[in-house]
Amino acid sequence: MAATKIETRGLSVAFKDFAALSSVDLAIGEGEFLVLLGPSGCGKSTLLNAIAGLIEPSAGEVWIAGRNVTWAEPKDRGLAMVFQSYALYPAMDVYGNLAFSLRVAGMKKAEVDARVRHAASMLELEPLLRRRPSELSGGQRQRVAIGRSLVRQVDIFLFDEPLSNLDAQLRAELRVEIKQLHLKLRNTTVYVTHDQVEALSLADRIAVMRGGVVQQLADPDTVYRKPANRFVASFLGSPPMNFVAGALTRDAGRVALRVDGAVVPLVRSPLEVELGEGRALSLGIRPEDILIGDDAAACDFRWDSDVALRESLGSETLLWCSLAGARVAIKSPARLAAHVGDRVPLGFSSERISLFDARTEERV
Amino acid sequence: MSGTAATLGTRSRTHPAGPRPWRLSPARLGIYLFLGAAAVFFLVPIWIMVATALKTMPEIRGGSVLLPPSALDPTAWLNAWSTACIGLECAGIRVGFWNSVQIVVPSVVLAVALGAVNGYCLSFWRFRGADTLFALMLFGIFIPYQIFVFPLIGITARLGLYGKLPGVVLVHVVFAMPIMTLMFRNYFATLPIEIFKAARVDGAGFWRIFTSIMMPMAKPIIVVAVIWQATASWNDYLLGLVFAGREHLPMTAQLNLLVSAEMGAHEYNVDMAATLQTALVPLVIYFVSGKWFARGIAAGAVKG
Amino acid sequence: MCHISSAIEQMIATTNRHFSLRRWLAPITAMAPAILAVLVVYVGCLLWTVFVSFTDSRSIPDLAWSGFGQWTRLYADYRWRTAMGHMFVFGAFYIVGCLVLGYLLAVFVDQRVRGEDFWRTVFLCPHALSFIVTGELWKWYLDPEFGLQRSVRDLGWTGFTFDWIADRHMALYTIVIAGIWQSVGVVMVLMLAGLRAIDEDIWKVTRVDGIPPWRVYTSVVPPMVVPSILTSVALLGAGAVKNYDLVIAMTDGGPGIATDVPSKFVMEYLFERSNIGLAAAGATTMLLTTIAVAAPLVAWQWWQRRRRARGPA
Repeated sequence: MAATKIETRGLSVAFKDFAALSSVDLAIGEGEFLVLLGPSGCGKSTLLNAIAGLIEPSAGEVWIAGRNVTWAEPKDRGLAMVFQSYALYPAMDVYGNLAFSLRVAGMKKAEVDARVRHAASMLELEPLLRRRPSELSGGQRQRVAIGRSLVRQVDIFLFDEPLSNLDAQLRAELRVEIKQLHLKLRNTTVYVTHDQVEALSLADRIAVMRGGVVQQLADPDTVYRKPANRFVASFLGSPPMNFVAGALTRDAGRVALRVDGAVVPLVRSPLEVELGEGRALSLGIRPEDILIGDDAAACDFRWDSDVALRESLGSETLLWCSLAGARVAIKSPARLAAHVGDRVPLGFSSERISLFDARTEERV
Repeated sequence: MSGTAATLGTRSRTHPAGPRPWRLSPARLGIYLFLGAAAVFFLVPIWIMVATALKTMPEIRGGSVLLPPSALDPTAWLNAWSTACIGLECAGIRVGFWNSVQIVVPSVVLAVALGAVNGYCLSFWRFRGADTLFALMLFGIFIPYQIFVFPLIGITARLGLYGKLPGVVLVHVVFAMPIMTLMFRNYFATLPIEIFKAARVDGAGFWRIFTSIMMPMAKPIIVVAVIWQATASWNDYLLGLVFAGREHLPMTAQLNLLVSAEMGAHEYNVDMAATLQTALVPLVIYFVSGKWFARGIAAGAVKG
Repeated sequence: MCHISSAIEQMIATTNRHFSLRRWLAPITAMAPAILAVLVVYVGCLLWTVFVSFTDSRSIPDLAWSGFGQWTRLYADYRWRTAMGHMFVFGAFYIVGCLVLGYLLAVFVDQRVRGEDFWRTVFLCPHALSFIVTGELWKWYLDPEFGLQRSVRDLGWTGFTFDWIADRHMALYTIVIAGIWQSVGVVMVLMLAGLRAIDEDIWKVTRVDGIPPWRVYTSVVPPMVVPSILTSVALLGAGAVKNYDLVIAMTDGGPGIATDVPSKFVMEYLFERSNIGLAAAGATTMLLTTIAVAAPLVAWQWWQRRRRARGPA
């Protein structure tokens, strides 16, 4: 990632009585694929629209390619945008939709044609060029919407939940296509979604947002394994991370977490010095990180539990057990799965846990 | 988080940060100019009507029609109301006013009631021929009255209603029915049918559902329908002219008689006063009802 | 268990039977006035008039078939042909004028202007008036002696003439102007509704892609407001055929027959000149014209329904 392509400085957007964005600082590198992830109302679309210039900020600046574009019109920012509702011109055929912005700009017919056909071939739209949007399927329409952005040959692509209107299978297909497109073109891309699977698979970096504030900005791996707070931890991962309440204590000379009678050893030694005895923490462990049966034998922390519920997910099975009074989910390969009522040995390695302060919910 | 830490904090006045200050650009100005010019086009005739009604004849002859009256002279107004001659009678246009009231009030009540029942019926109780019936009704909205007038005279005469108040009210209601039905039907179509089904399951019958459930929910469209029908009925000319008979001529017909039958010098101020008086009721309804009026147009004109 | 369930079944069966009868009785009774009105007036009277146009009825109806006699008489009549011509000229200018001005007003009002309610109230208020009132107003406003012409001359422009209303060739256009004044508010409301129904994301795309607003309003928007346009054309067209009150009040068909219209012709032959058959032929012509104007709207709606049913390929 070379130069910074898009930058927001202290960007805030307030609507009448409600703050949609609170002082967001973001730097997006050239060619980077950044995903804005979060639940409805977290401000991700607002941020995207503010970068595009469709919404005016109440405070802060937007910089693109070294230029302050805070007051610039969207068309002067060198970007293209793809929407959830496709927003195709219904009265024009696919060719017309792709060519419209170029024609309006006064481009010569030959060049318009070249660009349109190039984009059409990249997105496999050639057989559909003479069709109207109403005659296309959802996936085809979205490809046309992407094509409309392609023909403009800009450096920045903005996507506002483009796959949310499609069914699961189409979503998976188009996701792959978008990824391939990005690899080919290496455009700077900002992509908004509420689907964490999309985020994890597409992003170079993810900005997890909530209530108008960026909770964590990091690559997918970090966001998944080392979530910055409890919200991020529970938003990513399906099923979500398990949480168990506990308190810091000392056990056999090493720092550990007392969890309702059991003691979980903790690995990281710098911790011991800073935190106080008895400090209330939440322990987080992902379902796939809890091992069962023989695999559990090698773990730092082991316990036995009854299986309360069993959900078969095809390739995997979800077992619901308990730890220190809390319900925990365990993902295990289907063949190993136990049955309801069985008492099974469970365990996890203390490298895999995340600890959060019980009050602030921040990572410790 | 920002990589270029050096530029942070140095927000000079040349670098914008935050909301753009509101400026009156040429384009914005152009919009308001156009709208303003259009407003002038729309308001001048009404202004002229009001101004002329309050002037004296010498003033009208002497000055521009666009000028305001130098003094608010009510003589023309009073003259038009109570002493102007319409045909042989010289009792002013207030006769027409009361006639119009007597025609409009019953026709509004009946037309809205019928429209509501019809709309309810067509929305929820699909019976064979319902759609054809509705299509025929809609077709009727467009057709000129001249097609129906003569045979309708025959029918009302045979019923003993020709030239009488009930007759003209009946005719108003018949011609109002399509659009009233359309409004109510479109409105009921937006209500969830589950309410209706739940009521049926609970054992409620046709009329019960109508009076206890649908009508209370229909308040917005009732307002719209009343406004629409009151205006349309009051402003009608042809039906009143043909069916109301001499004693019950509505205000619009009387207005035309007043103005067109004048011999010799026209008393323009009296004409305009009478015109204004005829326009007053619908104008008041219009200004009081505000958004509802426009809603009526959308409800009536947007066909299913 | 068996007894109870069969008893319940019987109960349901009997209630259904009762319910079926009663079910249809109430709606049919409720719709009776409508059914009556449609059959007697909308269908019956219409057919009667059409039939009478093929009879030789003069001052009283005479139901003996006489063929196309009245029709030939009608179209041989210079006055009728002139009136028809006036109707089409009026209709064309009225419809086009209302569409263009209505669209412009809607576009301008849609620009997030302040006081949108105020503008809409102003532009729509003429619609609250009767056509008679409008006619009287404009007749006075355009009075060559005391109206607009005089006022403008008083302001200094002494050569200004606007005596169209008294001019045999131009009088019809004054009616057009008054008609547009009265009706354009409605068209504006319909257009505005159509504009507002456009997906907001399309506006965003045009802003990002750099399409200038005027281009959007001329290339992108019109196909998307076709329903509003068609509805307006149908309503305006029907209004143009029906046009009676406005002409009566404003010029009474004059000067001479310069603003004569079919509706006036028909009314005169019905009530004053006692030729019911001729009037019926005239009325039937008006009916056919109305159908011709309203038909495209109906056809388009039907075609749209079929296309939607077919779905994406």
